[in-house]
Amino acid sequence: MIIYAIAFYLFAAVAVASGTMVVAARNPVHSVLFLILAFFNAAALFVLMGAEFLAMVLIIVYVGAVAVLFLFVVMMLDINFAELRQGFMRYLPVGALIGLVLLAELILIGGTWVFSPDAEIAISDKFYMSGEVTNAHALGLVLYTKYAYLFQTAGLVLLVAMIGAIVLTFRSRPGVRRQKISAQVGRRVEDSVELRKVKSREGV
Amino acid sequence: MLEIGLSHYLVVAAILFALGFFGIFLNRKNVIIILMSVELMLLAVNINFVAFSVFLQDLVGQIFAMFVLGIAAAEAAIGLAIIVVYFRNRGTIAVEDINVMKG
Repeated sequence: MIIYAIAFYLFAAVAVASGTMVVAARNPVHSVLFLILAFFNAAALFVLMGAEFLAMVLIIVYVGAVAVLFLFVVMMLDINFAELRQGFMRYLPVGALIGLVLLAELILIGGTWVFSPDAEIAISDKFYMSGEVTNAHALGLVLYTKYAYLFQTAGLVLLVAMIGAIVLTFRSRPGVRRQKISAQVGRRVEDSVELRKVKSREGV
Repeated sequence: MLEIGLSHYLVVAAILFALGFFGIFLNRKNVIIILMSVELMLLAVNINFVAFSVFLQDLVGQIFAMFVLGIAAAEAAIGLAIIVVYFRNRGTIAVEDINVMKG
């Protein structure tokens, strides 16, 4: 139990510290790297809670895809980030005040709420969390049966996002010679070959 | 203190959420950091989902955390694509310069 507590406090502290650095770091590349650290520690918290599959998905999706995408964009754009940081100190008091108020409200809610007596009834099925099936197995049992339509919709959203990102960033430069397959296939003899009668000893 | 319960995880999630919120105020000129702050807030929401799921013994919370994860990935891809296109057209990503549509 004490090891669990120590692990929780360690991962939670590192997650919060790296979250602070995400918003406070001078260099956006450092911000992205601290974001990755925060994701890793959140994944560790998930493992502590017993949601192993989600922890691994968090690492694969967030660290492997989203954070690397951020890193690409930060490194690709040639931006003067020092200029963007002007006014940092001016926004600090207001932002800190509003953030602290929000945090106090959230913690007050967290300290005072209780489970509704009806919550027990609303729980769908305790079998999946009973330890008889592994976490990934249970997720599959629920996701592909009860939430199959939502799962398909999530896939559709990702497809639309992919197409959207490609369409947004696609750029056709003028003066680039490209293979036009339709023009190649649509070529006919009359368009490209001209037959002429050439008299002997005369040019065309 | 040593007995880690639901409220411990909720407090961590609340702190991360407030940090993301704070980051949006702090880095008002830099869209990329704002997007990262939004990701931080979504992470906090996911921690809440998973914590409730585990402590209520209901798997649905984890299912929805997975959906949140997928939508967050889509959102990041689209947001970054918009930033890249905007930078290509205007040469800047400062938030106060984004006023073409006179919003």
